[in-house]
Amino acid sequence: MGMAAAEWKFHVLAVDDSLVDRKLIERLLQKSSCQVTTVDSGYKALEFLGLRQGIESNDPTALSTSPQEVEVNLIITDYCMPGMTGYDLLKKLKESSVFKNIPVVIMSSENVPARISRCLEEGAEEFFLKPVRLADLNKLKPHMMRTKLKNQKLEEIENGTEAVEPEIKGSEDMGIKILPLQSELEPKQVHLQVVKQEEETLSNNKRKSMEEGLSTDRPLPRLEGGIATAV
Amino acid sequence: MDSLAAQLQMQYRNYILSLYQQGFLDDQFTELKSLQDDGSPDFVAEVLSLFFDDCVKLVGNMARALDQTGTVDFSQVGASVHQLKDSSSSVGAKRVKGLCITFKELCEAKNYEGCVRCLQQVDIEYKTLKAKLLDMFMFEKQIVQAGGIIPQVDIN
Repeated sequence: MGMAAAEWKFHVLAVDDSLVDRKLIERLLQKSSCQVTTVDSGYKALEFLGLRQGIESNDPTALSTSPQEVEVNLIITDYCMPGMTGYDLLKKLKESSVFKNIPVVIMSSENVPARISRCLEEGAEEFFLKPVRLADLNKLKPHMMRTKLKNQKLEEIENGTEAVEPEIKGSEDMGIKILPLQSELEPKQVHLQVVKQEEETLSNNKRKSMEEGLSTDRPLPRLEGGIATAV
Repeated sequence: MDSLAAQLQMQYRNYILSLYQQGFLDDQFTELKSLQDDGSPDFVAEVLSLFFDDCVKLVGNMARALDQTGTVDFSQVGASVHQLKDSSSSVGAKRVKGLCITFKELCEAKNYEGCVRCLQQVDIEYKTLKAKLLDMFMFEKQIVQAGGIIPQVDIN
């Protein structure tokens, strides 16, 4: 499968109850060359993600090809929202075996240090003070690139079209140990080894969850009449 | 260059500068303008339109919350003030935002008279800003019609 230009466009899910702010974040993200989906609540965000998951697990033939279309590379959410706050949404995402690897960014109009550290501790990648600027979004590219590359690797593993990686190959050529000692590898190679193992586990979990419609950890939101039931 | 267009451009520049100098707008408005391009030529107008819709809605909410015979739910008023502060901050409506900050403190202090006065000021302020920005858009239209391009105004 060739790499189409569209596949490299990051898809961001933006969550904010304010219409003005949704409009603004949408433009900022478009200006940063991202594909954007906006929703006005945490519930709708989960529904959007759950809906996509529902499509994947119901259609086994779409196993490897659809992830590109449904892939969300980053979620950016407002903190203060009625019902489910941005923090609540963050928690739910991090508790989910399927969604916990999607980077989450929190936005808030209030500079409350305790709030900021709580969000970062819960796993948010960044915390932006509103109004968010274009310069802030430039910090997000590395996070999105990481998940994008990870998902691409997953696909290659599943398709059996895994590309040869020079660094790993080089270490195998040393011949004596199957898994070279960490001290013998450059830090970058170690990272790739760890990532590769992580991805294989993820890939196994993903395959299992797709075939059985079950999560390895906890039940995924199931669709009942188009509404995802809460986890 | 057409002298009418040049005149209009100069007037436009001065007008924009005065809006910043008088504190109607801040640098977030500059950011909004920078996000507008050929692909999204009406972005600023669209966002401002949403903002003014918000103003109408939220000021209405605040008025209703304050118009209670008996106990006023200041947290309800405060919630609307918070939303308006957020929106005004996002579009660079500096005076409206400043009033919202004051308003929030008055809600927290449960100062009824203060809140009512502040609400009146917010109402006047957003309407004043709306009129000013409509004039700005009118200027832009006139410049284009006179064959000129809308100048980028450097406020620094």
